[in-house]
Amino acid sequence: MAYVPDPAPTPAAPSGTSFVQRLTSRAVLAPIAAIIVFLLFWEGLVWFNEWPNYIMASPSDLPPAYSRYWELFLVMGWQTLWRTVVGLLLAVVVGVIIGMIMGFSRTMRDALYPLLVGFNAIPKATLVPIVALLFVGQHDFNTVLIAFLISFFPIAVSISIGLSTLEPEYRDILRALGASQTTIFWKIALPKTLPEFFGALKVAVTLAFIGTNLMEIVSPHGRGLGALFDSGKTNSDYPLMFAVLIALAILGIALYYVVVALEKIFAGWAERAPS
Amino acid sequence: MTQTIEISGVTHAYDTASGKLPVLDNLDFIVPSASFCAVVGPSGCGKSTLTKLVAGLLIPDQGKVLLDGRAVKGPRSTVGMAFQNPVLLEWRTILDNVILPLEIVPNKLTRSQKEDRARELLSLVGLEGFETKRPSELSGGMRQRASLCRAIAHKPDILIMDEPFGALDAFTREDLWQTMHRLRAEEPFTCMLITHDLRESIYLADQTIVLSDRPARVQHTMDTSMNGRTDLDVLYEQEAVEMLHVLRDQIKIAQGRAEDAQAAQ
Ligand SMILES: Nc1ncnc2c1ncn2[C@@H]1O[C@H](COP(=O)(O)OP(=O)(O)O)[C@@H](O)[C@H]1O
Ligand SMILES: [Mg+2]
Repeated sequence: MAYVPDPAPTPAAPSGTSFVQRLTSRAVLAPIAAIIVFLLFWEGLVWFNEWPNYIMASPSDLPPAYSRYWELFLVMGWQTLWRTVVGLLLAVVVGVIIGMIMGFSRTMRDALYPLLVGFNAIPKATLVPIVALLFVGQHDFNTVLIAFLISFFPIAVSISIGLSTLEPEYRDILRALGASQTTIFWKIALPKTLPEFFGALKVAVTLAFIGTNLMEIVSPHGRGLGALFDSGKTNSDYPLMFAVLIALAILGIALYYVVVALEKIFAGWAERAPS
Repeated sequence: MTQTIEISGVTHAYDTASGKLPVLDNLDFIVPSASFCAVVGPSGCGKSTLTKLVAGLLIPDQGKVLLDGRAVKGPRSTVGMAFQNPVLLEWRTILDNVILPLEIVPNKLTRSQKEDRARELLSLVGLEGFETKRPSELSGGMRQRASLCRAIAHKPDILIMDEPFGALDAFTREDLWQTMHRLRAEEPFTCMLITHDLRESIYLADQTIVLSDRPARVQHTMDTSMNGRTDLDVLYEQEAVEMLHVLRDQIKIAQGRAEDAQAAQ
């Protein structure tokens, strides 16, 4: 049978192209154009309806807000960022452990699954006041905890499904050579599960980010972008509130694409797999 | 060193939700060292179970699997396996897939010696130039070739193949049969091949064993060594055609269609 050649390289990926070429490529220009159209539409909407500042801020209100509070944005943005990342790392560690337990043992899967699903069904906003009351004043801890609680579920499920659906032949080729369970896990089960894991991580990173902000907005005298948003609300500083929203969006995009980059590095092989 | 496989009084049953399922019933046969044995039989009769017993992945309820007279007690690094599904690892290149067993079994080879070994095998099966490709970039037949290389990379004494060519089209399959003969000429191993293709067993095997329906017993044993001939024409000559007839009848009997077999006589 004929050898199937490499698929044509995507425009953004090849290392051979120059930086300028990459900047002008469709993958970069198209989203920038979309953002500009979106901002123009927003500005136009506010201008057309003659909405005052205290009903709806417009994009032109944002630069003054940023230049006035830029120090606060840096400090608070950092708070939100590290709390999200720590919560997410915790979710990865615990999610992978739970996923491994459920993936390797049928009994544990049957036992834990309803519990996990039930826990996942609870709206996490209801956990926020409970956690805030449990650990009064522990802002960092509370925020990380909520980020973790809200995001570990998809990771646990993806790992358990990835491991439990491993075809027996994959196990057998190594088992027949006398390989230990640990070797089979590192050489086959783990790499084979990575694409599913990263799919779940993309969901989890957004969830963790939402969890962090939920807690930051609710806890009194808190820190982070959520708290900055809350102070904008208290002072009826609408441009500040919108500036926070945009900052959150940018941070969210950055976090998401970090995960995408990690996925490319560790599970890039899955993109070309036909299955 | 190749080893003699001796299946001695092997009986095996699976525990299922509806009680014991007897699969193998007092199997007895010998595969001499360095020879090639094909096992055919109705689907679901216990052929794959037999391969797992020889590989040491299962231990029989009764009886023994003996290799050079020593009972199999568990998996050993002197066995190689290939399945119908080539089960190549998509995150590894073809070369690294073939190297895999050398990363598992104890050996003193350096990384570059392992690569040399893998390259040597790949070129033996006609895959030179594909070392750095990913499995998904290869055709089904090429993947199965790579899978064969991996099965024998660590120079196993025994090669066990479970319907390795079952999913390939007829022409690709014949190509792989010839590749198999080439591998046998270069690499020493005792081979057990499960197949549902009777021509395949006649072309490749020295001895063909027909198993009965579940629970499987040895129903018929046939010398299918074609005097060392490895050209495909041998399959169209009188001797092979007669063997084919006998084997087909035996399969019909195994399937419980004995009347068909008699009618054909
Ligand atoms: N792990 C298992 N547990 C229970 N039953 C099994 C198991 N593996 C195979 N079987 C059953 O044993 C019988 C023989 O299976 P197998 O050896 O795979 O047959 P073959 O390879 O000849 O088609 C089949 O009926 C199959 O459903
Ligand atoms: Mg089978």
